[in-house]
Amino acid sequence: MIPELGHFALILALLMALVLAVFPMVGSLNNTPGWVAVARPAAFGQFTFLLIAFACLVNAFLVNDFSVTYVAQHGNTKLPNIYKVSAVWGAHEGSLLLWAFILGGWTLAVALFARSLPDEMLGRVLSVMGMVSIGFLSFMLFTSNPFARTFPVPTEGRDLNPLLQDFGLAIHPPMLYMGYVGLSVAFSFAIAALIGGKLDTSWARWSRPWTTVAWVFLTIGITLGSWWAYYELGWGGWWFWDPVENASFMPWLVATALIHSLAVTEKRGAFKRWTVLLALLAFSLSLLGTFLVRSGVLTSVHSFAADPARGLYILVFLCIVIGGSLALYAWRAPDVSSGGSFNVLSRETLLLGNNLLLVVITAFILLGTLAPLIYDALGWGKISVGFPWFNTMFIIFTPFLVLLMGLGPLTRWKHHDAADLLRQFRIALLVSICAGVLAALPVFKEGSAYAGLAVMLSVWLVTTLFLSLRRRLSYRRGVAAILKDFSARGSGSYYGMLLAHFGVAVFTIGVTFVTLYDIEKDIRMAPGEEVELAGYTFRFDGVESVPGPNYQADRGTIRVFRQDREITTLTPEKRTYLVQTKPMTEAGIDAGFTRDIYVSLGEALGGGSWSLRLYYKPFVRWIWLGGILIALGGILAAFDKRYRLAVNRKVMASPATPKDKLATQGQT
Amino acid sequence: MIKTVTAVLLAFGLATSVASSHAAATLESFKFTSGGDEQRFKDLIAEIRCLVCQNQSLLDSDAELAHDLRVEVYGMMQAGQADNEIIDFLVARYGDFVLYKPPVKPATYFLWFGPFVLLVIALTLLIFALRRQRRSMAEKPISATDRQQLDRILGNSGTHTDSDS
Repeated sequence: MIPELGHFALILALLMALVLAVFPMVGSLNNTPGWVAVARPAAFGQFTFLLIAFACLVNAFLVNDFSVTYVAQHGNTKLPNIYKVSAVWGAHEGSLLLWAFILGGWTLAVALFARSLPDEMLGRVLSVMGMVSIGFLSFMLFTSNPFARTFPVPTEGRDLNPLLQDFGLAIHPPMLYMGYVGLSVAFSFAIAALIGGKLDTSWARWSRPWTTVAWVFLTIGITLGSWWAYYELGWGGWWFWDPVENASFMPWLVATALIHSLAVTEKRGAFKRWTVLLALLAFSLSLLGTFLVRSGVLTSVHSFAADPARGLYILVFLCIVIGGSLALYAWRAPDVSSGGSFNVLSRETLLLGNNLLLVVITAFILLGTLAPLIYDALGWGKISVGFPWFNTMFIIFTPFLVLLMGLGPLTRWKHHDAADLLRQFRIALLVSICAGVLAALPVFKEGSAYAGLAVMLSVWLVTTLFLSLRRRLSYRRGVAAILKDFSARGSGSYYGMLLAHFGVAVFTIGVTFVTLYDIEKDIRMAPGEEVELAGYTFRFDGVESVPGPNYQADRGTIRVFRQDREITTLTPEKRTYLVQTKPMTEAGIDAGFTRDIYVSLGEALGGGSWSLRLYYKPFVRWIWLGGILIALGGILAAFDKRYRLAVNRKVMASPATPKDKLATQGQT
Repeated sequence: MIKTVTAVLLAFGLATSVASSHAAATLESFKFTSGGDEQRFKDLIAEIRCLVCQNQSLLDSDAELAHDLRVEVYGMMQAGQADNEIIDFLVARYGDFVLYKPPVKPATYFLWFGPFVLLVIALTLLIFALRRQRRSMAEKPISATDRQQLDRILGNSGTHTDSDS
């Protein structure tokens, strides 16, 4: 009964999405306020029904309702409750439902919180989100219904993939989807603005916080995924340029370009067309990513054909969304004025340069990801494009990105005198080159040139940020004035930028050092045996069998000493899950600020001996620390006071005087 | 079975490079005379694809075929063959698909030089945009009405303050 309720709720949600897509849009085009006013209640209704559907599926997992095919395939009575809930998005149908549910949530959020928007604009934005929702809900209902029943009813479910029975992976997909789907808000704002033909700075101001929040979720999602891969897959890797990873990285890169471009459009009125294009691209890439992953076309062309209906639907939907939005862009964008003017040496130019670099990087990642498909399709042979190619390209392109990142905050809007700029950053340049040379010098081992480059770039970022901060605070005399600056309008954006860029510096160091200087040892150890690695002594104390809720584990005990002082005891496990009898590794990790010690258990080799993999991973935490800092920076920026002021002003309905307007534009 | 596993993995946004087997590969059976040899072996097999896995290298895979290939590569290495000889042998048997780093040859120029072509296009666009920008700036000095309005707003002081971060 309850699954049918869920199915029914899903159908009602689709009908609500139809109402949402049609009425406000038509109403806004022929000036019928009554039709436009349908937007808010329809958004509310759609969300309610999606919530009901989602709750029904969660319930089906919690009560082990194996008459539902999806639950029978991915649930199990012995599954801990938290993984019963996360199993909802553990496979195709359910994760589509999560997608649709989150889209409903974002739609509702826009309806509730975007109070400063004119009704007509809000109606159009919600309407576009409704159209996207129609695509997902009908895909689900017609090809991938999570509530489909099965008969005869199995007595036990086939269990969730053991890999996914992990806390990190329970929360990773919702975060990632919050990001993917959040970009639909920026997309809808852009489409609505194109339809209305009004691309002004207020459009940029409205969509900016939404885009930043979506980007923050995407950042957190990717960071979580990388962290999960590190501790769960047993080989200590954190990024492999897998197509599935690239699918999430590409929208992130374009969204990064977008939030910077939006800043220029909001503050200077420039780059309007470019910003709109980025907003369309960012969401198109998240759709492409979702669907490339969903259809399985990347791993094997044949899996696309395994379910032709799904494949065809995906293709048509992508064509409509991407093709349609680009066509609208081509039609409307030429009418948009080019906006604020600027000189060749200005912050605008640097941001435009960085934008283009980000897009070029995205484009070559797309090229590398799709190349095996293209080669196969054109009969040019089967090739693999893996981490060596991606790393080579990434290392060639990203240093320029970081160089521009350092210059940007130091450069003035509109025009900056070259001699003055040089005078400002020459200290930073000197310091960073010295630091880079120092880092490259002492160890003339392989790859130290890369270490030098990474240190130089990071120090460059940090010193230029420091210079920028010093200049900003030099206008504010005294501690009280400086403290006041932290809570001023526009400060969130500034300090958020500072924090996020600092995160990039931290990330760069982490990536480079762990790649260059990690030490790995594959070894056979008998109980009581000791081995040394990177100054640490590892003593293997044997393996014991430990039962888990739905698995049986072999748990090894390794005590780690440094100069006869015990540092930690690691307990890596090798689990065999009862239903899906695959061996899974749980690494034993001693995390530290400057290094991780990582042990994973291999196989039993008889006589109590086991094969083990020991790793010393310097600065690996800095990778995720960088990710967290970047996300925190985004949060600061998204909750900048001036967006709240915009809301207040609308509520008070006091028309802004020209003087006010000028003042806000000057505030950056 | 592999198919369902694949489907489940793909169901996840970022369920990275995982194959049908997730226990770390066992490399302890290989004996090396020097640490340099061991590193060379690991670097080599890290760039060779395990053909039966989803997206895993020989270094990381615990699949049976990966194990056999590791033994084979190790044997060739012990026999004194150079890296490129080993790679040539693997390509002759399995095709370019086995290499994570595609060889640079006419068929892959598209892949290897594509990014730089993209960069050149982007730079051209940037220069084009900047030139147009400069021209429009030169063509459109601030109009008289704008000037008047600006003066009115600024209370005729006429001072222009540069906004800054």
